Amino acid sequence: MSAWDQFHLIGPVVVLFGGAGALLTWDLVQPRRAPVLALALLTLAAAFGYTLWHALTGSAGTAFDGAVVMDRFALFFAFLLIAVAAAVTVAATEFARRSDNAAEFYALLLVATGAMVLLTQANDLVSVFIALETTAIAQFVLAGIGRDARSSEAGLKYLLTGAVSAAVLLYGFALLFGLAGTTALPGIAAYVAAGHEETRLALILAFVLVAAGLGFKMATAPFHAWVPDVYQGAPTPVTSFLAVASKAAAFAVVLRVFYAGLGGGGTIISHDWSALFAVVAGVSMTFGNTAAILQTDVKRLLAYSSIAQAGNIAVGLAAVAAGSTIGPSGVLFFLGTYTAANLGVFIAVIAVSERIGSDEMRDYAGLLRRSPWLASILVLCLLSLTGIPPTAGFLAKLYIFNGAVQAGEPWLVWLVVVAVLNTAVSAFYYLRWARTIVLDEPLEGTSITAALPVQGLLTLAAAGVLFFGLVPAPLISAAQRAAEALQ
Amino acid sequence: MSLPETLTVTLAHYLALSGVVFGIGIAVALSKRNAIAVLMGVELMLNGVNLALLAFSRFGAFAGGTEPLAGHAFVVFVLTVAAAEAAVALAMAVLVYRRRETVDLDRISLMRW
Repeated sequence: MSAWDQFHLIGPVVVLFGGAGALLTWDLVQPRRAPVLALALLTLAAAFGYTLWHALTGSAGTAFDGAVVMDRFALFFAFLLIAVAAAVTVAATEFARRSDNAAEFYALLLVATGAMVLLTQANDLVSVFIALETTAIAQFVLAGIGRDARSSEAGLKYLLTGAVSAAVLLYGFALLFGLAGTTALPGIAAYVAAGHEETRLALILAFVLVAAGLGFKMATAPFHAWVPDVYQGAPTPVTSFLAVASKAAAFAVVLRVFYAGLGGGGTIISHDWSALFAVVAGVSMTFGNTAAILQTDVKRLLAYSSIAQAGNIAVGLAAVAAGSTIGPSGVLFFLGTYTAANLGVFIAVIAVSERIGSDEMRDYAGLLRRSPWLASILVLCLLSLTGIPPTAGFLAKLYIFNGAVQAGEPWLVWLVVVAVLNTAVSAFYYLRWARTIVLDEPLEGTSITAALPVQGLLTLAAAGVLFFGLVPAPLISAAQRAAEALQ
Repeated sequence: MSLPETLTVTLAHYLALSGVVFGIGIAVALSKRNAIAVLMGVELMLNGVNLALLAFSRFGAFAGGTEPLAGHAFVVFVLTVAAAEAAVALAMAVLVYRRRETVDLDRISLMRW
Protein backbone atom coordinates (compact mmCIF):
# COMPACT_ATOMS: atom_id res chain seq x y z
CA MET A 1 0.00 0.00 0.00
CA SER A 2 1.51 3.30 -1.07
CA ALA A 3 2.02 6.18 1.34
CA TRP A 4 -0.74 8.07 -0.45
CA ASP A 5 -3.21 5.22 0.11
CA GLN A 6 -2.34 5.11 3.80
CA PHE A 7 -2.86 8.84 4.24
CA HIS A 8 -6.07 8.53 2.24
CA LEU A 9 -7.48 6.28 4.98
CA ILE A 10 -6.91 8.99 7.60
CA GLY A 11 -7.82 11.73 5.12
CA PRO A 12 -10.43 13.50 7.28
CA VAL A 13 -7.89 13.73 10.12
CA VAL A 14 -5.25 15.17 7.80
CA VAL A 15 -7.74 17.74 6.51
CA LEU A 16 -8.69 18.82 10.05
CA PHE A 17 -5.08 19.13 11.23
CA GLY A 18 -4.11 20.93 8.01
CA GLY A 19 -7.01 23.35 8.42
CA ALA A 20 -5.94 24.12 11.98
CA GLY A 21 -2.39 24.82 10.82
CA ALA A 22 -3.54 27.03 7.97
CA LEU A 23 -5.84 28.96 10.30
CA LEU A 24 -3.04 29.64 12.80
CA THR A 25 -0.59 30.62 10.06
CA TRP A 26 -3.04 33.04 8.49
CA ASP A 27 -3.71 34.60 11.88
CA LEU A 28 0.05 34.91 12.45
CA VAL A 29 0.51 36.78 9.17
CA GLN A 30 -2.56 38.98 9.51
CA PRO A 31 -3.40 39.10 13.22
CA ARG A 32 -7.14 39.42 13.91
CA ARG A 33 -7.99 39.94 10.26
CA ALA A 34 -8.01 36.34 9.14
CA PRO A 35 -11.50 34.99 8.30
CA VAL A 36 -11.19 32.38 11.06
CA LEU A 37 -14.86 31.37 11.23
CA ALA A 38 -15.07 30.81 7.49
CA LEU A 39 -11.80 28.86 7.48
CA ALA A 40 -12.91 26.64 10.36
CA LEU A 41 -16.27 25.89 8.70
CA LEU A 42 -14.57 25.26 5.35
CA THR A 43 -12.17 22.79 6.98
CA LEU A 44 -15.01 20.98 8.73
CA ALA A 45 -17.02 20.88 5.49
CA ALA A 46 -14.00 19.45 3.64
CA ALA A 47 -13.45 16.83 6.34
CA PHE A 48 -17.15 15.93 6.25
CA GLY A 49 -17.00 15.63 2.47
CA TYR A 50 -13.92 13.41 2.72
CA THR A 51 -15.70 11.16 5.23
CA LEU A 52 -18.69 11.02 2.91
CA TRP A 53 -16.36 9.97 0.07
CA HIS A 54 -15.03 7.15 2.26
CA ALA A 55 -18.57 6.10 3.13
CA LEU A 56 -19.75 6.12 -0.49
CA THR A 57 -16.74 4.25 -1.86
CA GLY A 58 -16.91 1.79 1.03
CA SER A 59 -13.28 2.31 2.07
CA ALA A 60 -11.99 -0.17 4.58
CA GLY A 61 -8.62 -1.43 5.66
CA THR A 62 -5.67 -0.75 7.90
CA ALA A 63 -2.79 1.62 7.42
CA PHE A 64 0.60 2.37 8.99
CA ASP A 65 1.33 -1.22 10.01
CA GLY A 66 -2.11 -1.64 11.54
CA ALA A 67 -1.88 1.44 13.75
CA VAL A 68 -5.09 2.86 12.32
CA VAL A 69 -8.07 1.21 10.71
CA MET A 70 -10.85 2.57 8.54
CA ASP A 71 -14.17 0.83 9.00
CA ARG A 72 -17.85 1.62 9.36
CA PHE A 73 -17.43 2.10 13.11
CA ALA A 74 -14.87 4.86 12.56
CA LEU A 75 -17.05 6.40 9.83
CA PHE A 76 -20.10 6.50 12.13
CA PHE A 77 -18.15 8.48 14.71
CA ALA A 78 -16.35 10.64 12.15
CA PHE A 79 -19.71 11.91 10.87
CA LEU A 80 -20.98 12.44 14.41
CA LEU A 81 -17.87 14.25 15.68
CA ILE A 82 -17.41 16.51 12.65
CA ALA A 83 -21.09 17.47 12.76
CA VAL A 84 -20.82 18.31 16.48
CA ALA A 85 -17.68 20.38 15.87
CA ALA A 86 -19.46 22.30 13.11
CA ALA A 87 -22.44 22.99 15.37
CA VAL A 88 -20.17 24.19 18.19
CA THR A 89 -18.24 26.37 15.74
CA VAL A 90 -21.42 28.12 14.64
CA ALA A 91 -22.83 28.39 18.17
CA ALA A 92 -19.53 29.88 19.42
CA THR A 93 -19.52 32.72 16.88
CA GLU A 94 -20.37 35.41 19.42
CA PHE A 95 -18.00 33.99 22.02
CA ALA A 96 -15.16 33.98 19.48
CA ARG A 97 -15.94 37.54 18.37
CA ARG A 98 -15.52 38.79 21.94
CA SER A 99 -12.45 36.66 22.58
CA ASP A 100 -8.89 37.82 21.94
CA ASN A 101 -8.00 34.31 20.85
CA ALA A 102 -10.58 33.48 18.19
CA ALA A 103 -7.99 31.91 15.86
CA GLU A 104 -6.50 29.77 18.63
CA PHE A 105 -10.00 28.75 19.75
CA TYR A 106 -11.03 27.49 16.31
CA ALA A 107 -7.63 25.91 15.64
CA LEU A 108 -7.74 23.99 18.92
CA LEU A 109 -11.31 22.92 18.18
CA LEU A 110 -10.19 21.54 14.82
CA VAL A 111 -7.17 19.79 16.36
CA ALA A 112 -9.34 18.23 19.07
CA THR A 113 -11.88 17.08 16.46
CA GLY A 114 -9.16 15.65 14.23
CA ALA A 115 -7.58 13.80 17.14
CA MET A 116 -10.99 12.40 18.15
CA VAL A 117 -11.61 11.10 14.64
CA LEU A 118 -8.15 9.52 14.75
CA LEU A 119 -9.01 8.07 18.15
CA THR A 120 -12.02 6.23 16.73
CA GLN A 121 -9.74 4.82 14.00
CA ALA A 122 -6.89 3.84 16.35
CA ASN A 123 -6.24 0.11 16.39
CA ASP A 124 -3.06 -0.03 18.42
CA LEU A 125 -2.29 0.98 22.02
CA VAL A 126 0.28 3.53 20.81
CA SER A 127 -2.08 5.25 18.39
CA VAL A 128 -4.89 5.15 20.97
CA PHE A 129 -2.58 6.89 23.44
CA ILE A 130 -1.35 9.53 20.98
CA ALA A 131 -4.85 10.37 19.74
CA LEU A 132 -6.26 10.43 23.27
CA GLU A 133 -3.57 12.80 24.54
CA THR A 134 -3.77 15.08 21.49
CA THR A 135 -7.49 15.39 22.14
CA ALA A 136 -6.94 15.95 25.84
CA ILE A 137 -4.19 18.58 25.58
CA ALA A 138 -6.23 20.58 23.05
CA GLN A 139 -9.21 20.39 25.41
CA PHE A 140 -7.19 21.46 28.46
CA VAL A 141 -6.24 24.65 26.66
CA LEU A 142 -9.79 25.15 25.35
CA ALA A 143 -11.18 24.89 28.89
CA GLY A 144 -8.74 27.56 30.05
CA ILE A 145 -9.16 29.90 27.08
CA GLY A 146 -11.77 32.17 28.70
CA ARG A 147 -10.71 35.52 30.13
CA ASP A 148 -12.00 35.03 33.68
CA ALA A 149 -10.26 33.34 36.59
CA ARG A 150 -12.85 30.53 36.62
CA SER A 151 -11.86 29.43 33.15
CA SER A 152 -8.14 29.16 33.97
CA GLU A 153 -9.03 27.36 37.19
CA ALA A 154 -11.13 24.90 35.17
CA GLY A 155 -8.26 24.43 32.72
CA LEU A 156 -5.71 23.68 35.44
CA LYS A 157 -7.99 21.26 37.31
CA TYR A 158 -8.89 19.48 34.08
CA LEU A 159 -5.23 19.20 33.16
CA LEU A 160 -4.03 17.84 36.49
CA THR A 161 -6.73 15.18 36.77
CA GLY A 162 -6.31 14.39 33.08
CA ALA A 163 -2.56 13.89 33.44
CA VAL A 164 -2.98 11.53 36.41
CA SER A 165 -5.65 9.50 34.59
CA ALA A 166 -3.50 9.28 31.45
CA ALA A 167 -0.62 7.86 33.51
CA VAL A 168 -2.93 5.26 35.08
CA LEU A 169 -4.22 4.33 31.62
CA LEU A 170 -0.64 3.97 30.39
CA TYR A 171 0.27 1.59 33.21
CA GLY A 172 -2.63 -0.58 32.09
CA PHE A 173 -1.36 -0.39 28.51
CA ALA A 174 2.15 -1.36 29.66
CA LEU A 175 0.74 -4.44 31.41
CA LEU A 176 -1.30 -5.40 28.34
CA PHE A 177 1.86 -5.08 26.26
CA GLY A 178 3.75 -7.17 28.80
CA LEU A 179 1.11 -9.90 28.64
CA ALA A 180 0.44 -10.06 24.92
CA GLY A 181 3.83 -8.93 23.63
CA THR A 182 2.23 -6.62 21.12
CA THR A 183 0.56 -3.24 21.16
CA ALA A 184 -1.82 -4.08 18.31
CA LEU A 185 -5.43 -4.55 19.46
CA PRO A 186 -5.99 -7.64 17.25
CA GLY A 187 -2.88 -9.20 18.81
CA ILE A 188 -4.17 -8.49 22.31
CA ALA A 189 -7.55 -9.92 21.31
CA ALA A 190 -5.81 -13.10 20.16
CA TYR A 191 -3.99 -13.35 23.50
CA VAL A 192 -7.21 -12.88 25.49
CA ALA A 193 -9.08 -15.36 23.30
CA ALA A 194 -6.34 -17.96 23.84
CA GLY A 195 -7.46 -18.06 27.49
CA HIS A 196 -4.21 -17.96 29.48
CA GLU A 197 -5.68 -18.82 32.90
CA GLU A 198 -2.32 -18.31 34.64
CA THR A 199 -2.23 -14.60 33.80
CA ARG A 200 -5.92 -13.92 34.36
CA LEU A 201 -5.32 -11.74 37.45
CA ALA A 202 -2.68 -9.65 35.67
CA LEU A 203 -5.11 -9.21 32.78
CA ILE A 204 -7.83 -8.06 35.17
CA LEU A 205 -5.43 -5.58 36.80
CA ALA A 206 -4.52 -4.26 33.34
CA PHE A 207 -8.09 -3.70 32.22
CA VAL A 208 -9.12 -2.17 35.54
CA LEU A 209 -6.31 0.39 35.08
CA VAL A 210 -7.38 0.99 31.47
CA ALA A 211 -11.02 1.34 32.53
CA ALA A 212 -10.00 3.81 35.24
CA GLY A 213 -8.04 5.92 32.78
CA LEU A 214 -10.82 5.87 30.20
CA GLY A 215 -13.46 6.38 32.91
CA PHE A 216 -12.05 9.86 33.34
CA LYS A 217 -12.66 10.60 29.64
CA MET A 218 -16.17 9.12 29.78
CA ALA A 219 -16.89 11.09 32.97
CA THR A 220 -18.21 8.08 34.87
CA ALA A 221 -18.07 7.80 38.66
CA PRO A 222 -15.73 7.41 40.54
CA PHE A 223 -13.61 9.47 38.11
CA HIS A 224 -16.05 12.32 37.75
CA ALA A 225 -14.64 14.82 40.30
CA TRP A 226 -13.38 17.17 37.59
CA VAL A 227 -16.65 17.27 35.63
CA PRO A 228 -18.73 19.85 37.54
CA ASP A 229 -15.90 22.36 37.99
CA VAL A 230 -14.66 22.09 34.42
CA TYR A 231 -18.15 22.23 32.90
CA GLN A 232 -19.03 25.26 34.98
CA GLY A 233 -15.75 27.11 34.61
CA ALA A 234 -15.03 26.53 30.94
CA PRO A 235 -16.61 28.88 28.38
CA THR A 236 -20.04 27.43 27.50
CA PRO A 237 -19.20 26.57 23.85
CA VAL A 238 -16.20 24.60 25.13
CA THR A 239 -18.40 22.88 27.72
CA SER A 240 -20.80 21.81 24.99
CA PHE A 241 -17.90 20.39 22.98
CA LEU A 242 -16.61 18.47 26.02
CA ALA A 243 -20.04 17.17 26.93
CA VAL A 244 -21.01 16.02 23.46
CA ALA A 245 -17.98 15.30 21.25
CA SER A 246 -15.46 14.30 23.90
CA LYS A 247 -17.92 11.93 25.53
CA ALA A 248 -18.84 10.24 22.24
CA ALA A 249 -15.16 9.79 21.34
CA ALA A 250 -14.43 8.34 24.79
CA PHE A 251 -17.16 5.70 24.45
CA ALA A 252 -15.96 4.95 20.93
CA VAL A 253 -12.46 4.16 22.16
CA VAL A 254 -13.80 2.14 25.10
CA LEU A 255 -15.84 0.03 22.68
CA ARG A 256 -12.84 -0.38 20.40
CA VAL A 257 -10.39 -1.30 23.18
CA PHE A 258 -12.70 -3.47 25.26
CA TYR A 259 -14.95 -5.03 22.65
CA ALA A 260 -12.48 -5.45 19.79
CA GLY A 261 -9.35 -5.74 21.96
CA LEU A 262 -10.46 -7.61 25.07
CA GLY A 263 -13.23 -9.57 23.41
CA GLY A 264 -17.02 -9.51 23.84
CA GLY A 265 -18.77 -12.34 25.64
CA GLY A 266 -17.22 -15.73 26.25
CA THR A 267 -13.59 -14.92 27.14
CA ILE A 268 -11.98 -15.63 30.51
CA ILE A 269 -12.44 -12.03 31.60
CA SER A 270 -15.77 -11.06 30.04
CA HIS A 271 -17.65 -11.68 33.30
CA ASP A 272 -15.20 -9.47 35.16
CA TRP A 273 -15.43 -6.50 32.88
CA SER A 274 -19.19 -6.83 32.64
CA ALA A 275 -19.37 -6.64 36.45
CA LEU A 276 -16.95 -3.71 36.48
CA PHE A 277 -19.03 -1.66 34.05
CA ALA A 278 -22.25 -2.65 35.81
CA VAL A 279 -20.93 -1.19 39.08
CA VAL A 280 -19.62 1.91 37.30
CA ALA A 281 -23.02 2.36 35.62
CA GLY A 282 -25.01 2.01 38.84
CA VAL A 283 -22.79 4.37 40.83
CA SER A 284 -22.59 7.00 38.05
CA MET A 285 -26.34 7.12 37.52
CA THR A 286 -27.24 7.24 41.17
CA PHE A 287 -24.61 9.79 42.12
CA GLY A 288 -25.10 11.99 39.04
CA ASN A 289 -28.86 12.16 39.33
CA THR A 290 -28.88 12.75 43.09
CA ALA A 291 -26.34 15.56 42.89
CA ALA A 292 -28.09 17.15 39.87
CA ILE A 293 -31.25 17.70 41.92
CA LEU A 294 -29.42 20.16 44.17
CA GLN A 295 -28.01 22.37 41.41
CA THR A 296 -29.15 25.89 40.63
CA ASP A 297 -26.56 26.62 37.94
CA VAL A 298 -27.65 25.05 34.65
CA LYS A 299 -24.09 24.28 33.49
CA ARG A 300 -23.43 22.45 36.76
CA LEU A 301 -26.77 20.67 36.43
CA LEU A 302 -25.81 19.55 32.94
CA ALA A 303 -22.44 18.36 34.29
CA TYR A 304 -24.11 16.04 36.79
CA SER A 305 -26.68 15.02 34.18
CA SER A 306 -23.78 14.10 31.90
CA ILE A 307 -22.29 11.86 34.62
CA ALA A 308 -25.68 10.17 34.99
CA GLN A 309 -26.08 9.71 31.23
CA ALA A 310 -22.58 8.22 31.05
CA GLY A 311 -23.93 5.70 33.56
CA ASN A 312 -26.80 4.86 31.17
CA ILE A 313 -24.31 4.23 28.38
CA ALA A 314 -22.18 2.09 30.72
CA VAL A 315 -25.25 -0.17 31.13
CA GLY A 316 -24.82 -0.82 27.42
CA LEU A 317 -21.11 -1.57 27.93
CA ALA A 318 -21.91 -4.09 30.66
CA ALA A 319 -24.36 -5.73 28.25
CA VAL A 320 -21.69 -5.83 25.53
CA ALA A 321 -19.33 -7.63 27.90
CA ALA A 322 -22.01 -10.12 28.85
CA GLY A 323 -22.33 -11.05 25.20
CA SER A 324 -25.53 -9.22 24.26
CA THR A 325 -25.83 -9.14 20.48
CA ILE A 326 -27.66 -5.82 20.43
CA GLY A 327 -25.39 -4.25 23.09
CA PRO A 328 -22.86 -2.53 20.82
CA SER A 329 -25.41 -1.05 18.44
CA GLY A 330 -27.43 0.06 21.49
CA VAL A 331 -24.48 2.10 22.72
CA LEU A 332 -24.02 3.69 19.28
CA PHE A 333 -27.73 4.47 18.90
CA PHE A 334 -27.82 6.01 22.38
CA LEU A 335 -24.76 8.14 21.60
CA GLY A 336 -26.33 9.34 18.34
CA THR A 337 -29.61 10.44 19.92
CA TYR A 338 -27.90 11.77 23.07
CA THR A 339 -25.71 13.94 20.84
CA ALA A 340 -28.73 15.54 19.17
CA ALA A 341 -30.58 16.20 22.44
CA ASN A 342 -27.58 17.36 24.46
CA LEU A 343 -26.37 19.59 21.65
CA GLY A 344 -29.83 21.16 21.44
CA VAL A 345 -29.81 21.91 25.17
CA PHE A 346 -26.29 23.34 25.08
CA ILE A 347 -26.88 25.53 22.04
CA ALA A 348 -29.95 26.96 23.74
CA VAL A 349 -27.94 27.57 26.94
CA ILE A 350 -25.17 29.28 24.93
CA ALA A 351 -27.74 31.51 23.20
CA VAL A 352 -29.45 32.42 26.48
CA SER A 353 -26.24 33.16 28.35
CA GLU A 354 -25.04 35.34 25.45
CA ARG A 355 -28.21 37.43 25.83
CA ILE A 356 -28.76 37.60 29.59
CA GLY A 357 -25.25 36.77 30.83
CA SER A 358 -26.43 34.24 33.38
CA ASP A 359 -26.49 30.48 33.80
CA GLU A 360 -28.79 30.53 36.82
CA MET A 361 -31.88 28.34 36.68
CA ARG A 362 -34.14 31.15 37.95
CA ASP A 363 -33.23 33.34 34.97
CA TYR A 364 -34.86 30.73 32.73
CA ALA A 365 -38.24 31.58 34.28
CA GLY A 366 -40.86 32.21 31.62
CA LEU A 367 -38.38 31.70 28.78
CA LEU A 368 -41.27 30.37 26.70
CA ARG A 369 -42.79 33.83 26.57
CA ARG A 370 -39.49 35.61 26.01
CA SER A 371 -38.28 33.31 23.24
CA PRO A 372 -40.95 30.80 22.17
CA TRP A 373 -39.03 28.89 19.48
CA LEU A 374 -35.80 28.51 21.46
CA ALA A 375 -37.66 27.59 24.64
CA SER A 376 -39.84 24.94 22.99
CA ILE A 377 -36.79 23.26 21.47
CA LEU A 378 -34.99 23.40 24.81
CA VAL A 379 -37.96 21.71 26.48
CA LEU A 380 -38.16 19.09 23.72
CA CYS A 381 -34.48 18.25 24.15
CA LEU A 382 -34.90 18.04 27.94
CA LEU A 383 -37.77 15.58 27.40
CA SER A 384 -35.47 13.53 25.20
CA LEU A 385 -32.73 13.54 27.87
CA THR A 386 -35.32 12.30 30.37
CA GLY A 387 -36.45 9.63 27.93
CA ILE A 388 -40.09 10.49 27.31
CA PRO A 389 -41.81 9.35 24.09
CA PRO A 390 -42.05 10.31 21.27
CA THR A 391 -38.53 11.69 21.52
CA ALA A 392 -35.44 9.75 20.45
CA GLY A 393 -34.19 9.58 24.04
CA PHE A 394 -37.04 7.20 24.93
CA LEU A 395 -36.12 4.70 22.20
CA ALA A 396 -32.43 5.00 23.06
CA LYS A 397 -33.03 4.04 26.68
CA LEU A 398 -35.40 1.25 25.65
CA TYR A 399 -32.80 -0.09 23.21
CA ILE A 400 -29.89 0.00 25.64
CA PHE A 401 -31.87 -1.48 28.57
CA ASN A 402 -33.30 -4.15 26.27
CA GLY A 403 -29.74 -5.12 25.35
CA ALA A 404 -28.87 -5.52 29.03
CA VAL A 405 -31.91 -7.71 29.72
CA GLN A 406 -31.28 -9.76 26.58
CA ALA A 407 -27.77 -10.62 27.78
CA GLY A 408 -29.50 -12.94 30.26
CA GLU A 409 -27.44 -12.25 33.38
CA PRO A 410 -29.49 -11.76 36.56
CA TRP A 411 -27.34 -8.88 37.82
CA LEU A 412 -27.90 -7.00 34.56
CA VAL A 413 -31.66 -7.22 35.09
CA TRP A 414 -31.15 -5.64 38.51
CA LEU A 415 -28.97 -2.99 36.91
CA VAL A 416 -31.82 -2.15 34.53
CA VAL A 417 -34.17 -1.82 37.51
CA VAL A 418 -31.72 0.66 39.07
CA ALA A 419 -31.48 2.49 35.75
CA VAL A 420 -35.27 2.81 35.43
CA LEU A 421 -35.55 4.15 38.97
CA ASN A 422 -32.81 6.61 38.11
CA THR A 423 -34.76 7.76 35.07
CA ALA A 424 -37.55 8.71 37.44
CA VAL A 425 -35.12 10.70 39.58
CA SER A 426 -33.69 12.43 36.51
CA ALA A 427 -37.21 13.36 35.39
CA PHE A 428 -37.46 15.39 38.59
CA TYR A 429 -34.75 17.90 37.70
CA TYR A 430 -35.15 17.86 33.91
CA LEU A 431 -38.87 18.50 34.20
CA ARG A 432 -38.40 21.08 36.97
CA TRP A 433 -36.21 23.02 34.55
CA ALA A 434 -38.85 22.56 31.81
CA ARG A 435 -41.56 23.76 34.21
CA THR A 436 -39.52 26.87 35.07
CA ILE A 437 -39.27 27.62 31.36
CA VAL A 438 -42.94 27.05 30.57
CA LEU A 439 -44.95 28.03 33.65
CA ASP A 440 -43.00 30.53 35.78
CA GLU A 441 -43.46 34.28 35.50
CA PRO A 442 -40.54 35.87 33.62
CA LEU A 443 -38.31 38.16 35.72
CA GLU A 444 -38.01 40.50 32.76
CA GLY A 445 -40.35 40.89 29.84
CA THR A 446 -37.75 41.60 27.17
CA SER A 447 -37.68 39.04 24.40
CA ILE A 448 -34.57 37.00 23.62
CA THR A 449 -33.74 36.34 20.00
CA ALA A 450 -30.95 34.04 18.96
CA ALA A 451 -28.96 34.70 15.80
CA LEU A 452 -30.37 33.09 12.65
CA PRO A 453 -27.67 30.38 12.24
CA VAL A 454 -28.13 29.41 15.90
CA GLN A 455 -31.89 29.10 15.36
CA GLY A 456 -31.15 26.90 12.38
CA LEU A 457 -28.94 24.66 14.52
CA LEU A 458 -31.62 24.43 17.19
CA THR A 459 -34.17 23.45 14.58
CA LEU A 460 -31.82 20.76 13.25
CA ALA A 461 -31.28 19.35 16.75
CA ALA A 462 -35.01 19.30 17.41
CA ALA A 463 -35.63 17.68 14.04
CA GLY A 464 -33.08 15.01 14.92
CA VAL A 465 -34.64 14.35 18.30
CA LEU A 466 -38.14 14.01 16.81
CA PHE A 467 -37.17 12.25 13.59
CA PHE A 468 -35.11 9.53 15.28
CA GLY A 469 -37.85 9.19 17.88
CA LEU A 470 -40.50 8.52 15.24
CA VAL A 471 -38.42 6.94 12.46
CA PRO A 472 -35.46 5.30 14.22
CA ALA A 473 -34.74 2.74 11.50
CA PRO A 474 -32.04 4.67 9.56
CA LEU A 475 -29.98 5.41 12.68
CA ILE A 476 -30.46 1.90 14.05
CA SER A 477 -29.28 0.28 10.85
CA ALA A 478 -26.29 2.65 10.70
CA ALA A 479 -25.45 1.77 14.32
CA GLN A 480 -25.78 -1.94 13.62
CA ARG A 481 -23.53 -1.82 10.58
CA ALA A 482 -20.98 0.22 12.55
CA ALA A 483 -21.07 -2.28 15.44
CA GLU A 484 -20.61 -5.24 13.09
CA ALA A 485 -17.32 -3.73 11.94
CA LEU A 486 -15.88 -4.26 15.42
CA GLN A 487 -16.33 -8.02 15.49
CA MET B 1 26.28 -14.76 55.24
CA SER B 2 27.80 -13.24 52.20
CA LEU B 3 26.24 -11.63 49.21
CA PRO B 4 25.87 -13.82 46.14
CA GLU B 5 28.79 -13.30 43.81
CA THR B 6 26.64 -12.51 40.84
CA LEU B 7 23.29 -10.79 41.03
CA THR B 8 21.12 -11.43 38.03
CA VAL B 9 18.65 -8.64 37.40
CA THR B 10 15.46 -10.18 36.06
CA LEU B 11 12.20 -8.92 34.68
CA ALA B 12 10.69 -9.21 38.17
CA HIS B 13 13.22 -6.72 39.56
CA TYR B 14 12.42 -4.20 36.89
CA LEU B 15 8.68 -4.65 37.36
CA ALA B 16 9.01 -4.22 41.12
CA LEU B 17 11.01 -1.03 40.63
CA SER B 18 8.49 0.18 38.07
CA GLY B 19 5.64 -0.50 40.48
CA VAL B 20 7.39 1.34 43.30
CA VAL B 21 8.15 4.38 41.15
CA PHE B 22 4.56 4.43 39.85
CA GLY B 23 3.26 4.04 43.40
CA ILE B 24 5.37 6.91 44.73
CA GLY B 25 4.21 9.00 41.78
CA ILE B 26 0.52 8.38 42.40
CA ALA B 27 0.93 9.02 46.13
CA VAL B 28 2.61 12.35 45.40
CA ALA B 29 0.05 13.31 42.73
CA LEU B 30 -2.90 12.60 45.01
CA SER B 31 -1.55 14.01 48.28
CA LYS B 32 0.29 17.21 47.29
CA ARG B 33 -1.75 20.39 47.23
CA ASN B 34 0.66 22.36 45.06
CA ALA B 35 -0.05 22.11 41.33
CA ILE B 36 3.66 21.89 40.45
CA ALA B 37 4.20 19.07 42.95
CA VAL B 38 1.25 17.17 41.43
CA LEU B 39 2.95 17.47 38.04
CA MET B 40 6.14 16.02 39.52
CA GLY B 41 4.11 13.05 40.75
CA VAL B 42 2.69 12.58 37.26
CA GLU B 43 6.21 12.57 35.80
CA LEU B 44 7.17 9.81 38.25
CA MET B 45 4.09 7.80 37.28
CA LEU B 46 4.99 8.09 33.61
CA ASN B 47 8.56 7.01 34.30
CA GLY B 48 7.27 3.97 36.17
CA VAL B 49 5.28 3.13 33.04
CA ASN B 50 8.36 3.64 30.86
CA LEU B 51 10.42 1.27 33.02
CA ALA B 52 7.77 -1.44 32.69
CA LEU B 53 7.51 -0.97 28.93
CA LEU B 54 11.29 -1.13 28.47
CA ALA B 55 11.63 -4.16 30.71
CA PHE B 56 8.92 -6.06 28.80
CA SER B 57 10.49 -5.02 25.52
CA ARG B 58 13.93 -6.25 26.67
CA PHE B 59 12.95 -9.47 28.46
CA GLY B 60 9.90 -10.50 26.43
CA ALA B 61 6.26 -10.74 27.39
CA PHE B 62 4.33 -13.51 29.13
CA ALA B 63 3.05 -14.71 25.78
CA GLY B 64 6.65 -15.12 24.58
CA GLY B 65 8.80 -12.65 22.69
CA THR B 66 7.54 -9.18 21.86
CA GLU B 67 7.48 -7.37 18.59
CA PRO B 68 11.05 -6.04 18.23
CA LEU B 69 11.43 -2.61 19.84
CA ALA B 70 7.65 -2.10 20.20
CA GLY B 71 8.08 -1.13 23.85
CA HIS B 72 11.02 1.15 23.07
CA ALA B 73 8.99 2.94 20.42
CA PHE B 74 6.09 3.31 22.84
CA VAL B 75 8.43 4.92 25.42
CA VAL B 76 9.60 7.51 22.89
CA PHE B 77 5.96 8.49 22.31
CA VAL B 78 5.24 8.60 26.05
CA LEU B 79 8.22 10.92 26.61
CA THR B 80 7.13 13.22 23.79
CA VAL B 81 3.55 13.46 24.95
CA ALA B 82 4.68 13.97 28.56
CA ALA B 83 6.83 16.91 27.45
CA ALA B 84 3.91 18.46 25.56
CA GLU B 85 1.64 17.98 28.54
CA ALA B 86 4.18 19.49 30.96
CA ALA B 87 4.58 22.54 28.71
CA VAL B 88 0.84 23.19 28.70
CA ALA B 89 0.60 22.47 32.42
CA LEU B 90 3.30 24.96 33.37
CA ALA B 91 1.78 27.60 31.10
CA MET B 92 -1.58 27.03 32.76
CA ALA B 93 -0.03 27.18 36.23
CA VAL B 94 1.64 30.51 35.39
CA LEU B 95 -1.71 31.82 34.10
CA VAL B 96 -3.48 30.84 37.32
CA TYR B 97 -0.64 32.23 39.44
CA ARG B 98 -0.86 35.62 37.69
CA ARG B 99 -4.57 35.82 38.41
CA ARG B 100 -4.68 34.30 41.88
CA GLU B 101 -1.12 34.65 43.28
CA THR B 102 -1.22 30.96 44.26
CA VAL B 103 -1.11 27.49 42.73
CA ASP B 104 -2.32 25.82 45.92
CA LEU B 105 -5.16 23.55 44.83
CA ASP B 106 -7.06 24.02 48.09
CA ARG B 107 -7.16 27.74 47.51
CA ILE B 108 -8.02 27.56 43.81
CA SER B 109 -11.65 27.04 44.55
CA LEU B 110 -13.96 29.57 42.97
CA MET B 111 -16.24 26.64 42.24
CA ARG B 112 -17.37 24.16 44.85
CA TRP B 113 -20.31 21.84 44.92
